[in-house]
This record gives sequence, structure tokens and C-alpha cells, in this order.
Amino acid sequence: MGAKMVDFSGWDMPIHYGSQIEEHHQVRRDAGMFDVSHMLAIDLEGPLAREFLSHLLANNVSRLQMPGKAMYSCMLNQQGGVLDDLIVYYLREDWFRIVVNAATCDKDLAWMQAQAKSYPGLTLSPRREMAIVAVQGPHAREKVWQAVPEMRLVTELLKPFQAAECAPYFVGRTGYTGEDGFEIILPAMQAPAFWQALSAVGVKPIGLGARDTLRLEAGMNLYGQDMDESVSPLESGLAWTVDLGAERDFIGKAALKEQVLARDLFGLVLLDKGVLRSHQAVNTAYGAGEITSGSFAPTLDKSIALARLPKQIAIGETVQVAVRDKWLSAKVVKYPFVRNGKSLIG
Amino acid sequence: MTIPSDLKYTKSHEWVRVEADGTVSVGITHHAQDLLGDMVYVETPSIGRQVAAGAECAVVESVKAASDVYAPIAGEVVAVNAEVSDAPEKINQDPYGAWMFKLKPANAADVNGLLDAAAYQAVVESEAH
Repeated sequence: MGAKMVDFSGWDMPIHYGSQIEEHHQVRRDAGMFDVSHMLAIDLEGPLAREFLSHLLANNVSRLQMPGKAMYSCMLNQQGGVLDDLIVYYLREDWFRIVVNAATCDKDLAWMQAQAKSYPGLTLSPRREMAIVAVQGPHAREKVWQAVPEMRLVTELLKPFQAAECAPYFVGRTGYTGEDGFEIILPAMQAPAFWQALSAVGVKPIGLGARDTLRLEAGMNLYGQDMDESVSPLESGLAWTVDLGAERDFIGKAALKEQVLARDLFGLVLLDKGVLRSHQAVNTAYGAGEITSGSFAPTLDKSIALARLPKQIAIGETVQVAVRDKWLSAKVVKYPFVRNGKSLIG
Repeated sequence: MTIPSDLKYTKSHEWVRVEADGTVSVGITHHAQDLLGDMVYVETPSIGRQVAAGAECAVVESVKAASDVYAPIAGEVVAVNAEVSDAPEKINQDPYGAWMFKLKPANAADVNGLLDAAAYQAVVESEAH
């Protein structure tokens, strides 16, 4: 397909197939597909599965009551640092499916297995034989149904963050782009035929490059870049995913309750010409900060960033970003920057 | 791979065209723009700046990454291309038309020390493997 390939956590991944900007627009305006098989699905089975997850995850697992319901959560260490961010699907009381990041999957699995020792009868099965294909965009669902008509009946009524099994496909109405669509887990053997069927109805392949600009515009964190083990979810714009009020004890909760946090993630829009990039220093009236993710935003035709900044800063303030030998002005904004094809930053 | 035979090149993927007035125009090669991908920003040097051979002289930024453009030879910056700053995608569309800056060489003979098309082709091929 003429793709430019890069090594990503040991996987050969396409960074773009042609123009990265065109691929970005393709997803915002129509439908695109991503091979995200580098992410790992792990099946958790056993009678104490829910109890285990309530201890393992920072988000409120008791929200998962309806089969197929999905939830985003951080998995923390004892110090409250983010080991990984993941999606957990509730399938049955004794069966949950967890999808974790590629770079962290071995570490995650070892951590989960170590924690699982106190829960008799639990098994954690990495499903490395499964592929994952994300189909995203305003026409993504319709195109999936054109490609695989038998999927329509089972998945038409799915609300965002719900999933259903339609053998051999496991279909979740989730994504990492800020657009509607599905993430589909299927046996790797069947993935090429599925990919071809989607291609035949006009779904274009999208590389890692556009995946990154799409998720940044959608204000979604990238693990390893916007947060990692050295920071708390509370200083990563993820307080909404941390269930601190609950009585249950989860790993990292005690540490989070003690922390006095001086920083959080904010959105930036560059006012001057140039491109914001990760690790650039930010100067604010309340002290220094740093960009964690920055790029050119094709939907906005501007450069945007996520930056970890002093908490006192207010939306609308102007900050200075060090770009090579200059200080450029950027405005602090609320993110997401883009949802369902529309700019949210005015 | 497109490498015009009437231009000179550098190992760092700049192309150089000797103009009728003795100045040299500098841009980046087809290969360089292909590696960098969609261009979104160009920072050109100030006119009048004296640059040494190999000095950072301009910056191009694609969606993926920022990359320095070096002065192929020593000289004075005598012109910059505002068209390319306004529409960086021109570098992708027409890399050998989209010059970024022009130098008045400190020593006109320095151009002879640059790579010809065949030598640059060899550089590109050696990088591919």
C-alpha cells in the first residue's frame, strides 16, 4: 500500500500510507481504518474478577453492570503513578476483557498476575492471537455494516462505550479519534479478509501519524508521553477517571489522597507561527511547565498541545513556549479541541 | 527518485541551484520532503545574515518533526522565499521549485565541492539500507 513503516514497541507499524494530513481529514470527514493489533486484549476470568478489578483499577468498576459495558481507567502503582491506561469491558460476572497498550503489555500482565495471587481461581489470558481494527469517522459504522452486513443487527443499538459479541467479531463503540466508530477485536487469521472487505466499501487505511494528530485534537492522553509511572492521574487531566470518593480501596488510592498537586494538564493553542512539540518548556506567571504532546492540528489549521502547567493557571491566559531560540505565545484552552469533526476552541 | 542533474546537493539533503546572477538558491530534495511528510511550517533566515558552510540556516517542520536546513556553502543570505513560508505544502508539491533562501557565496568556487546528482543518488541509496 506504499506505507512508510516505523518500529513501534517492536511492531512494524505504518506511520502514513500517503499524506498524513489527508488521512486525518479522511477520518474527520468520512471513515478510516487503523490496524491497532499491537494493543493487547487480556481476558480475565474467575468468580472474583470484579473484586480483583475493584482493587486493581482507579476508576469505579461498579459502574460496569450491563454486559458489554466498557470503561476507561488508569492502573496505578502504590505511589499513585500511572502504570498504564486501559479499557475494560464487562462481559459476565466471571469474565472481563481488558485492552492495554503495546509498550506496556508485558509489564501490565506481570503486575496483574502478581496482584491476582490473592484472588483464588482467577486466570489472566493474553489474547495475542487476536487482531484489533479501529474503524473511525462519521460514516464508520455504516461502512462496517456495508462490509459485514450480519454485524448490523447486533451492533446498531450499541451506545458509545458499549460492546457486543458478533462471532468472530467483538465490537465496541469506542475509539481514539473523537469520532464515532468501532474498535473490533477478531482472530488475526480473519483480519486480512475483514480489512479487504472494509477497503472494498471505501474505508481508507490510516497510519500512526494521523492517529496521533486525531487523538491529540480529541484531547486524549497518550501513555508514555502525557503520563507515565512518574506522575499521578490527578496531574494528567484524568481526575474524572479516579474514583477517590468511594469506600473501596484500590492500588494507589492512599498515595493519591496524600498528594498535594501543583500541576495539571491544560490545552494550548499556538498564537504565533510554528509548531508545538513535546518537551518544549512553558513559562507561565505561576512558574514553569512543559508540553507533553504537541503537533500541527489539521482540523484547526493551527498548532496545539497538551502541557503540564501550574494548577493556578486560568483558561484564556497567555503563556510563552520555548521553540528553538524564541519564546512563542500560546493561549491556554479547555480541551478536547475537536469532537465529531467540529472545533471546540472557537 | 527524482534527482535533477543540473543541481548540486549535500549529504544533509539540500539542493543548490546556481542562478544567473551568481547567487545560489537552496531547498530540500524530493527525498527529504518524502521522508519528512506533509510540511506545515518554514522558518527562513534573516536577510543579511552571514552563514558558514554547514550552519543551521532555516527550519522546516512537517506534521511529524522539525528539521534544520543547513547552508551548503558560506555566504550572505540575500533573499528568502515568502511563498514557501505562506504555503509550506509547496515543498511537497514541487521540492525543486520551492527554494527557501538564496546565498551570495563567499567564494563562488565552493559550489564545485558539493555533490553532483550521481553522488547524491549514492547517498540516498546508502541510507535506504
